Amino acid sequence: MLDTVRDLPLADLRAQFPLLAQSIHGHPLAYLDNAATTQTPLAVQQAMQRFEQHDRANIHRGVHSLSQRATDAFEAARATLKGFIGAGQEHELIFTSGTTEALNLVAQGLWAAGPAKAWLRPGERIIVSGLEHHANLVPWQQAARMSGAELVILRPDAQGRVHVQDLQALLTPATRVLAITAGANATGERPPYEQMLALARAAGALTVLDAAQAVGHEMLPLTALDCDFMAFSGHKMYGPMGTGALVGKREALQFLYPVRLGGDMVDWVSYEAAGYAQLPARLEGGTPNVAGAVGLAAAAQFIAGVGRSAIDRYLHALRAQALAGLSAIDGITVLAPHATQATLVSFVARDVHPHDIGTLLDERGIAVRTGHHCAQPLLDHLGLGPTTRASFALYNTAEEVDRLIAAVAHAIKVFQ
Amino acid sequence: MNNAENDLYQEVVLEHKRAPRNFGTLEHATHQAQGTNPSCGDRVAVQLRLDGERVADIRFTGQGCAICMASTSMMTEAVKGRELAAAQALQQHFRAVLTGEEEPEDAPLGKLVSLAGVRQYPSRIKCALLGWHALMHAIADNDGQTVSTEEGRP
Repeated sequence: MLDTVRDLPLADLRAQFPLLAQSIHGHPLAYLDNAATTQTPLAVQQAMQRFEQHDRANIHRGVHSLSQRATDAFEAARATLKGFIGAGQEHELIFTSGTTEALNLVAQGLWAAGPAKAWLRPGERIIVSGLEHHANLVPWQQAARMSGAELVILRPDAQGRVHVQDLQALLTPATRVLAITAGANATGERPPYEQMLALARAAGALTVLDAAQAVGHEMLPLTALDCDFMAFSGHKMYGPMGTGALVGKREALQFLYPVRLGGDMVDWVSYEAAGYAQLPARLEGGTPNVAGAVGLAAAAQFIAGVGRSAIDRYLHALRAQALAGLSAIDGITVLAPHATQATLVSFVARDVHPHDIGTLLDERGIAVRTGHHCAQPLLDHLGLGPTTRASFALYNTAEEVDRLIAAVAHAIKVFQ
Repeated sequence: MNNAENDLYQEVVLEHKRAPRNFGTLEHATHQAQGTNPSCGDRVAVQLRLDGERVADIRFTGQGCAICMASTSMMTEAVKGRELAAAQALQQHFRAVLTGEEEPEDAPLGKLVSLAGVRQYPSRIKCALLGWHALMHAIADNDGQTVSTEEGRP
């Protein structure tokens, strides 16, 4: 079978995702909105259900058995995830509600200690790439305002690429932060982030990597990256919604002033003052989403079980098929066609608005995302406005990509 | 089951999308307002020349989806030359039909009834209302203000 030629046991895999077996408007669902949220396999759902039905209790303070089991499950999930991303002894993982919260913990944590103590000081420099999701831009705008640092954008060229030499030109001795994505959600662009992180680190900056679109795919282990902070979400890697993590070098995490103050993150408290706990508790105030952490770890094991290189080979083939088919339609322009490591295609159509395309695709059971994809400055910079984006996961099929291409061609005919 | 090509994108809607009426800028405008729905990227600017209580002339510019463009185009046709009170009443009926508070056959919508199918597509109602929202703000003389029909926005 074609599917096994491409290294993935597709029928078995699809059976792990019961949600896929449904019809939308009388057509089989073709779920191509995976860059927004992937679906969860049974293994993830069952791991969470097992926790909820057998081990659920609050963690860390209890002396009773369930509390101990819940604590063990939570810490085991932390260990699994650290292994999954290739973290070392020098790293710690903080559970968050997702990439957005993780990036906010970093950006806020670098100014919240106040003008005398914070990592960011007036006149210093924050560099953020122009490819970013709003979650890796807006917190830095606020950090600049609150600290008096200046925010400088590493601007992409007309094709939406960012260049190492352009970063080099922006780096100054006053540069304290570089924040960049490992894969742009709006275009699929894959910046040379390994080199950029290394350059920024060498210049004395803390380096922040938004790995939301990349963590479920092949990446260098974290120990091989000059990365002080990496953020990712569970729901883009077959895990639960409302889960994610900030992983950082311990010495870098120490620079973050905790912004979730309260229970669990303190060593001692008097009416007047408190002493904050060690990492990771220091940055994990309040009761965490323990079932979510368990599900996220199960998702990591699911991905590792299938194999990231096999998944990526398959997804790159689906993307290449979509790129070829869509590019052949008169009036369609695919963004970042050169981004062969992407697992999505983002495109614009002459005289046809993405929302209209999206509605006609839904009519045929095909789920895509339309709009600015939370990356309005990038699309404005490219002079494009909103796009239609189809993004792939390991359960998608070549037949679904063919349906996408045919439906887009039909929509163009209807509206032009 | 919905059928977008029959219900939502009727031929008259597509025809207005391809060749919008009263499109362009208006010289000597007395009132204007902009509407924008940032997450969609829909953006329309409506300009009016009021003669007392009458819409003497109207134009619009901008870009958006077929629903947004057709609705705004048909709106300009419907209100041009009419009294302000009539324009406001029409807006209320149109809005009520889209939000399900009034049935299309009970509302004096004229050609605008071809957009009644939008009520079956909740995520698209804001597209159909954007131009109207801008019109109401222009009439209210909120000069230069940018308005939106997306939730949680001004």
